[in-house]
Amino acid sequence: MNRQPVDLSLLDGVLNEYASVRGSLITILQNTQEIYGYLPKEAIELISEKTGIATSEIMGVGTFYTQFRFEPVGKYLIMLCQGTACHVNSSELILQTIKDELGIDDGQTTEDGLFSLKCVACLGCCSLSPVMMINEDTYGSLTPEKTKKILKELREAAV
Amino acid sequence: MRIVIGQGSCGIAAGAEKVRAALADAGVAENVSITGCIGMCWLEPIVDVYDGDALTRLVRVSESDAPAIAEFVKTGDKSAVEGLVVSDEDSEFLTKQTRIALRNCGVINPEKIEEYMEKDGYSALKKALAMSPEEVIEIIKTSGLAGRGGAGFPTWFKWNAARQSAGDEKYLICNADEGDPGAFMDRAVIESDPHNLIEGMLIGAYAIGAKHAVVYVRAEYPLAIKRLKNALAQAKEKGIIGDNIFGSGFSCDFMIKAGAGAFVCGEETALIESLEGHRGMPRLKPPFPAQSGFWRKPSNINNVETFANVAWIINNGGEAFAAMGTEGSKGTKVFAVTGKVKRSGLVEIPMGKTLRDVIFDIGGGMKTDKPFKAVQMGGPSGGCIPAELIDTVIDYKALGATGAIMGSGGMVVMDESTCMVGMAKFFLDFTAKESCGKCIHCRIGTKRMLEMLDRITKGEGKDGDVELLEELCYSIKDGALCGLGQTAPNPVLTTIKYFRNEYEAHIKDKKCPAGECSDLIEYKIIADKCRGCTLCARNCPVNAISGTVKNPHVIDTEKCIKCGKCYQSCKFGAIVKE
Repeated sequence: MNRQPVDLSLLDGVLNEYASVRGSLITILQNTQEIYGYLPKEAIELISEKTGIATSEIMGVGTFYTQFRFEPVGKYLIMLCQGTACHVNSSELILQTIKDELGIDDGQTTEDGLFSLKCVACLGCCSLSPVMMINEDTYGSLTPEKTKKILKELREAAV
Repeated sequence: MRIVIGQGSCGIAAGAEKVRAALADAGVAENVSITGCIGMCWLEPIVDVYDGDALTRLVRVSESDAPAIAEFVKTGDKSAVEGLVVSDEDSEFLTKQTRIALRNCGVINPEKIEEYMEKDGYSALKKALAMSPEEVIEIIKTSGLAGRGGAGFPTWFKWNAARQSAGDEKYLICNADEGDPGAFMDRAVIESDPHNLIEGMLIGAYAIGAKHAVVYVRAEYPLAIKRLKNALAQAKEKGIIGDNIFGSGFSCDFMIKAGAGAFVCGEETALIESLEGHRGMPRLKPPFPAQSGFWRKPSNINNVETFANVAWIINNGGEAFAAMGTEGSKGTKVFAVTGKVKRSGLVEIPMGKTLRDVIFDIGGGMKTDKPFKAVQMGGPSGGCIPAELIDTVIDYKALGATGAIMGSGGMVVMDESTCMVGMAKFFLDFTAKESCGKCIHCRIGTKRMLEMLDRITKGEGKDGDVELLEELCYSIKDGALCGLGQTAPNPVLTTIKYFRNEYEAHIKDKKCPAGECSDLIEYKIIADKCRGCTLCARNCPVNAISGTVKNPHVIDTEKCIKCGKCYQSCKFGAIVKE
């Protein structure tokens, strides 16, 4: 995927609010990711400069938590739940279906930049297992057919 | 008539928002309001219609049912919605429960403080503020309330320790980093009754002498965060949070911190590290958080469900809570019952009931025709309890004796299609990824165990593997600093204890009795059942299936990659796993 140039001025608000508040690094990173969809290198350098926290430490924190990404993601981020109830109800089949349909592995993005796939920890909708979230929406009681249909609809909606 | 739509995360995922929009289109928008999680998750979306106090509960509602519901609401003619009314049998799921922590869930609108106030909301806080902090702690002591996050430590003891700690800057922290896969009661409480959590926390803050309260909540729960923020703003407006609450002289502010996805942050010292903006790696104890916690100040951390019981206990007395349960476990406990169970949802029952009561009596037993095999409790820190122990009493000690733990209350029900070696591998995969890396035993030990389990499920197990696994389990338990490492071997130990024969079948016979481990199974077509529809052959990605139309097909086991596509696509049950 082509990276868009990073407009660092978008970070002004976040840094004004949190840069001098102790213990705010995770909050700053969350807000940064909200803005850019990932944590761009340029942004990390700016955060380091404004907070006085070394970039190595920021990277240490950023890589520790699963929420943070260092690469842009597709238009639709598929988060497939890997919780116990989903496992018992065959989430493996859904993973295989998504991989087959999109031709990508966990952590990858399709070439057209439309879909990214990420296997995540329990989403807490266990009664509807197997479950996935695509951006903000949750889809439950998945079957391979239902999954294919959802992906097809999203692909068509994006065209 | 009032229409109330269940809008917890589960309800919304099942389509509650669409139903709400369709009801608006059907002309009854002004009758519609929302509630949180009713707990009958397998029946979502749920629409409750109230005529005064009389409730008609409509289940598995879809958008196309909206006109019929609108007609019922306008005319009172119940026949319009007859097919949607919940069955008496399903209703028992709720009537057999005793709800304290969940008392308002699915009843009130979680976005309106007024509805919480109508249910005696914040009256317990008023009552507590009129007592001395020591008196409050005494009531909690009488109640026998213990930590609902998993460890089961007496709540009063923690509160008292924090109260006794020197210093006037103290913190009260709520652990809402519900990371156990298969548990969602904390999410339900925050989404459905956020004021109950806030009230419990304020009472706790008063008891320990904290002026600052913090909720550490998973970022994966956006709706919970939204409703909690809304509730905090409402409480602030009413003067329930802030300076001089109810004119008592007690002041307390609130802060929400979103976690960023790390299971280890459920451990209290790791949570504190994360709150301070660092990698969530546990600290050495002592000093305990009660002496030196958030910003090295005395801090007390409790779980969401623990706080959700506090207001009820203050209002009803410690004795009323202690009257429920067993000698060593008082009150009620919420369980998230999921997996292969018929009625999957939230169950709150007094301690002292049995697993059978929860899974069969309330949960309705198995949803498949395969028999019950085991129930997984306590997530990655817990274990699998086999069918022969189904009458185990729900009590911290009795559950601990099985090798599992009470945990935060996840109960994942499994039938015979779940491989227990695979289950152990599933959890080790989880803990190996989530280990923070601080202790060698946990960081490397879980990885080595995972590799061994992976080998076993691939049919490459060796004699002595089980014994080596056991040895590693005990080394990790001894060598890990925090609860994550100390309990990570539990899923392996319990599956070895109760399902050793399955391990041996994998290692010696190279067979997976549950038919789940793809390397150890073969797909075959039963000629008598095959109609020759060719569907399997068309779905096979490697052209391993041959045959002509209307004649039985055959799988070439040499070519077969065991993807299972033929098995799923066959409409006649002609393909079997062996």
